[in-house]
Amino acid sequence: MPETKESSSPVEVEQERWENETLDPALAKRPERKKSFQTVSLKEVDRLYTPVDVEGVDFSEDISFPGEFPYTRGIHPTGYRGKLWTMRQFAGFSTPEETNARFKYLLQEGQTGLSVAYDLPTLMGYDADSPLSEGEVGKCGVAVSSLSDMEVLFDGIPLEQVTVSQTINAPASVLLAMYLVVAEKQGANWARISGTLQNDILKEYIAQKEWIYPIKPAMKLVVDTFEFCMDHVPRYNPISVSGYHIREAGATAAQELAFTLRDGIEYVAWGVDAGLEVDRFVPRISFFFNAHNDFFEEIAKYRAARRIWAREMKNRFGSSNERTLQLRFHTQTAGVSLTVQQPLNNIVRVAIQALAGVLGGTQSLHTDAYDEALALPTDRAALIALRTQQIIAEETGVVNTVDPLGGSYYLEALTQKMEDEALDYFRKIDAMGGMVAAIERGFPQREIQDSAYQYQKAVERGEQVIVGVNKYAITDEQTEVPILVIDESVRTHQLERLEQTRTKRDAGAVAKALDNLKLAAQKNENTMPATIEAVRAYATLGEICSALRDVYGIYEEPAF
Amino acid sequence: MSNRKIRVLVAKPGLDGHDRGAKVIARALRDAGMEVIYTGLRQTPEMIAAAALQEDVDAVGVSILSGAHNTLCPRIVQLLREKGLDDCLVLVGGIVPQEDLPKLKQQGVAEVFLPGTNTEDIVKFLRDNVKPRE
Repeated sequence: MPETKESSSPVEVEQERWENETLDPALAKRPERKKSFQTVSLKEVDRLYTPVDVEGVDFSEDISFPGEFPYTRGIHPTGYRGKLWTMRQFAGFSTPEETNARFKYLLQEGQTGLSVAYDLPTLMGYDADSPLSEGEVGKCGVAVSSLSDMEVLFDGIPLEQVTVSQTINAPASVLLAMYLVVAEKQGANWARISGTLQNDILKEYIAQKEWIYPIKPAMKLVVDTFEFCMDHVPRYNPISVSGYHIREAGATAAQELAFTLRDGIEYVAWGVDAGLEVDRFVPRISFFFNAHNDFFEEIAKYRAARRIWAREMKNRFGSSNERTLQLRFHTQTAGVSLTVQQPLNNIVRVAIQALAGVLGGTQSLHTDAYDEALALPTDRAALIALRTQQIIAEETGVVNTVDPLGGSYYLEALTQKMEDEALDYFRKIDAMGGMVAAIERGFPQREIQDSAYQYQKAVERGEQVIVGVNKYAITDEQTEVPILVIDESVRTHQLERLEQTRTKRDAGAVAKALDNLKLAAQKNENTMPATIEAVRAYATLGEICSALRDVYGIYEEPAF
Repeated sequence: MSNRKIRVLVAKPGLDGHDRGAKVIARALRDAGMEVIYTGLRQTPEMIAAAALQEDVDAVGVSILSGAHNTLCPRIVQLLREKGLDDCLVLVGGIVPQEDLPKLKQQGVAEVFLPGTNTEDIVKFLRDNVKPRE
């Protein structure tokens, strides 16, 4: 700990001199443009950062070397000199056939991993033929109701070689089961499959709100996947603890950081309570952060995330296993920052946000397409987004050295501030009894809503500028970008396959498999084996989720 | 003129759970002195129309980002009219492609507010367009 200061340091003395001799006359001649300068999280930024601002930051304790505790500068000693990040564009729309074609297109254009976006019925555990699915089939992602759809989705894509990330949460265990069965049918060995399941149910209650079951049984399902993967799919990441959606819902950078990492701690605690050994399952916990507009604030956030995680895993759970201590993360540029107005400007926003992700040491990256404030991306827009990453990797030179901004007074001070703010939130959440308890009280939800509102007000006052929206707007602008339209024929197509599947399968086997699943849930056993059996029998997603709903009930959001 | 406050139902139809916009609008309208009822998530058009009737609102603000607007919005308008809520305005906020706007308005949607709209513009629209009650 730094001692209480009694006398000013030489730099402080120098700084005071600078203020008097150089700064004050300059300010007298030309006052600054604004009284206050703020980040996009509405946090005050000082005029200048000097060694005085990083006096409390110790090189070996807090910054250190890449590949060493506390991993502030990255988890790999060679940064991107050894291996670039995985370029993983999130894609999914319409039918499994269409998405399969998009996947193949992206792989052919040099993308190095896949990431599936599912439609809303799938995310909520409903089949395409549910009345609740009307108008939503294939709209926000690809429609998957049963193993038959999953077989088409990954047709011709060798799952033993390509890593696939699946954005699915409440029904994640079912989609994991479908994925594993498809892999098995391809002849892949589960032990060699790698990929990521989002499976972060806590941030659903906090931010994205695509839930099915009450929180506690939902947490149990998550722990089931941890345990199953640890034993049977050891190279697979069964969770991607996500700040992305928390940020999109309006959180500040520090709130994104705090709530996400505290969610991560909660998952570890639940795993430990279920008898899992920390160093066997935590190394496979991955993270997912947003890359928003404020360049330095974002980079500081990623660096602080690694440092906090390493310290928490060491201090709370007593781990010294480097794979447990190392936080690995995916980054996606901020969808919420994209504008409908002058949509080509979004290409520039995305490039800068992506650069922040790279300078923060991300393991994989999705760059948004410029037309995503309007609709799902067209092929052309998706290609520019991928090219943006390739330009950063191949042309800018930022990959040539590890953590190139480390040591910047501003960045190090900001990294420290991020850590301090996150730890403040940890104390509050710990005092409430943990994240599940905090969510039940609506604590993170309210904090985020409040930040979202403050930000909106700051935009409306013109304090936060959005180019093309509240400054440099073009009146009567005609948006002329072609957009992707998904019509209702997708639903018809999906209903046909669903009907075929229901007709062809052995109804007795389905009923038996669903009964077994219910039984496993009732007896508090691991539900994964029974889920896999149900999937193999071509039970639909809706049927499986409905069986679990019968046992677990459904979540009702309290009003706040 | 009565001094009745403008009453607005903020509704989130469909399966989408992204409620940032709905909640920001609800708070902005409240701050502007209106009475706001928020339905919560995943309301069917039937539930929304029933809530509008029960709460006797002047306007329904529908937040949609999922692309399901062409299915859901006309149905909400139709159900409101069937319940005799002829003056109840239906406002839509969210991601709606330009080419869908004329059709939605033709189907009885009073206004569509796209991303980037000032909450003050929505307040003003409501003040200008809600029919004063007898």
